[in-house]
Amino acid sequence: MQREGSAFSGLGVVMLKELSDHLTSLRMRVLEWLVVLVALAALYGAIQQIKDTTAEDPFLFLRLFTTSRDPLPSFVSFLSFLVPLMAIGLGFDSVNGEYNRRTLSRILSQPIYRDALLFGKFLAGLITLSISLITLWLLVIGLGLLLIGIPPGAEEIARSFVFLLVTIAYAGVWLALALLFSILTRSAATAALVTLGLWLFVTFIWPVLAGAVAQAIVPPDPRYMALGLQTPGTAELEQILARFSPSTLYAEIVVALLDPTTRALGPIYLSQLQGAVLGAPLPLGESILIAWPQMVAMIATALLLFVIGYVIFQRQEVRA
Amino acid sequence: MDQSAQHGTQGGMSDSVIVANGLTKVYGSATAVDHISFEVGRGEIFGLLGPNGAGKTTTILMMLGLTDISAGEVSVLGFNPAREPLSVKRRVGYLPDTVGFYDQLSAADNMRYTARLIGFNRVEREKRIADALARVGLSEVADNSVGTFSRGMRQRLGLAEILMKGAQIAILDEPTSGLDPQATTELLAIIRGFKAEGVSVLLSSHLLERVQSVCDRVALFTAGKIALMGTVAELDRQVLGGGYTVDIEADGAGLAERLALIPGVSGVEKTGLGKLRLFADRDVRPEAAAEVVAMQGRLKFLGVQEPSLEAIYTRYFENKAEAAASPEGARHAA
Repeated sequence: MQREGSAFSGLGVVMLKELSDHLTSLRMRVLEWLVVLVALAALYGAIQQIKDTTAEDPFLFLRLFTTSRDPLPSFVSFLSFLVPLMAIGLGFDSVNGEYNRRTLSRILSQPIYRDALLFGKFLAGLITLSISLITLWLLVIGLGLLLIGIPPGAEEIARSFVFLLVTIAYAGVWLALALLFSILTRSAATAALVTLGLWLFVTFIWPVLAGAVAQAIVPPDPRYMALGLQTPGTAELEQILARFSPSTLYAEIVVALLDPTTRALGPIYLSQLQGAVLGAPLPLGESILIAWPQMVAMIATALLLFVIGYVIFQRQEVRA
Repeated sequence: MDQSAQHGTQGGMSDSVIVANGLTKVYGSATAVDHISFEVGRGEIFGLLGPNGAGKTTTILMMLGLTDISAGEVSVLGFNPAREPLSVKRRVGYLPDTVGFYDQLSAADNMRYTARLIGFNRVEREKRIADALARVGLSEVADNSVGTFSRGMRQRLGLAEILMKGAQIAILDEPTSGLDPQATTELLAIIRGFKAEGVSVLLSSHLLERVQSVCDRVALFTAGKIALMGTVAELDRQVLGGGYTVDIEADGAGLAERLALIPGVSGVEKTGLGKLRLFADRDVRPEAAAEVVAMQGRLKFLGVQEPSLEAIYTRYFENKAEAAASPEGARHAA
């Protein structure tokens, strides 16, 4: 049965309204300041460290993102914590908030489809996150230029730009998850708690659990253990399991992109290294190719979560 | 947009703007709305009345295409809400039960958002918003944030939104619940104004007394079915037998016995000290007064009860209960 009219009429209106809500909200301001301050701290640490230790490094600029100095983690690790936090902060009350304010049925009685409302909310969240991340990215590059004094090469800019896009996609995953739970639960507090709980689980607990589960399914071979090596089967399974977490995917992509010497993201056999010039950087295209499956998987996760939420929202009653 | 709205008007064949036929909504194993049929005429104020959970809101949501129809059909201005929800929603204004607005935005900004969703251009938008706010008496607070509004003001803002939309049908879900008497009176005046402009109004309520005064016709809901439908006078004849109830307050020994002898009086009931209630098949006030005077009693009060929905409703369910057909409990809260 063909629906009358466009599913997207009203999309732009909803998006602009949500965007202006986000950008003027106190919540967003707090999150932005948190991100900026934390990023500056990490960057400061990185620059100190680079000044102290570095000699000749063709990718000095990328070190800004990945270098850490105790006790602060690197910029990238900070970002991998804060981006989900921001995304969840923007999304956790988007649908149930409308419901609790009792605006949902009033808005849906206007000549628009539910599609427009949900797409508009997701896009507004994603644009808000993009604006923040792009600002942050420019801030890092600008500060890097000022403090290190060496201009970045085209390749470094390109790599960090792809990194920016990947970070936005990563934010999209958590935004879609938060949106999903804002559809599933009537209480915004529950949605926030569940989403944060899931984030903690897949980011901190799952990687550990993946190892335990892998060992239970494929017990390590004593011959490898005697040599102090990981059993290939166990290690592979562990990695497969760990990759179910978007945090693992993001970490792997970041390694491939920001460290040009990365040649593989999984266990590697000595035979595969024959003829390789160890430590030699790969061109950008090759690095992207290495992390391509991870990037696709991450975008697919975001889309899948959004689609699940979309289907549920279409069928949901607009009142209790 | 106005032209297409005109076209929709002509699309309706008869003079009915809403025609429901065997409309049914099933949630799992529970039937919230059970094969109801009714029509709402152009320019009519039609009341869906009944207790919470009787299926009023579900019926409304089905008419707006906001919830799936399990069986039966409904046509709104000639459109099928399930297949042409946008055409229906463009022409129908809806005031939900306890309507909500974005509290941080001003009244005018809330309306601007809705107006943009409807698709009015900037000039038309501003004019319509100003007109609508003036009509409901909110012009002076147009730029105040809705967070500061009382419940009555929010309801009026909801009506302003329907006016701004230029709706041909206004569907109001419990418009007066939770309002103080004065706010209720103001709101009902605006609703009468809708009728004066030829806008059909369908309103739901569990407050029978207030709603009775504005409705042309009512449908009494119970457990997902329409128990009674018609004008208040019709229902009165149907349920109360069209009899008259005369209240009298007077003193005099043996008055009750003498009043009972008046031709046409079927019963006398003592309702308080010196207070009597007569049930009769005609207006027996003159005879009753004459009796009191003849006894040299002092007549303090004499009045005939207007047919009231409250009485009709109560009597109807008493009859039902006596027939041992106890209505099923409330299902989905309204």
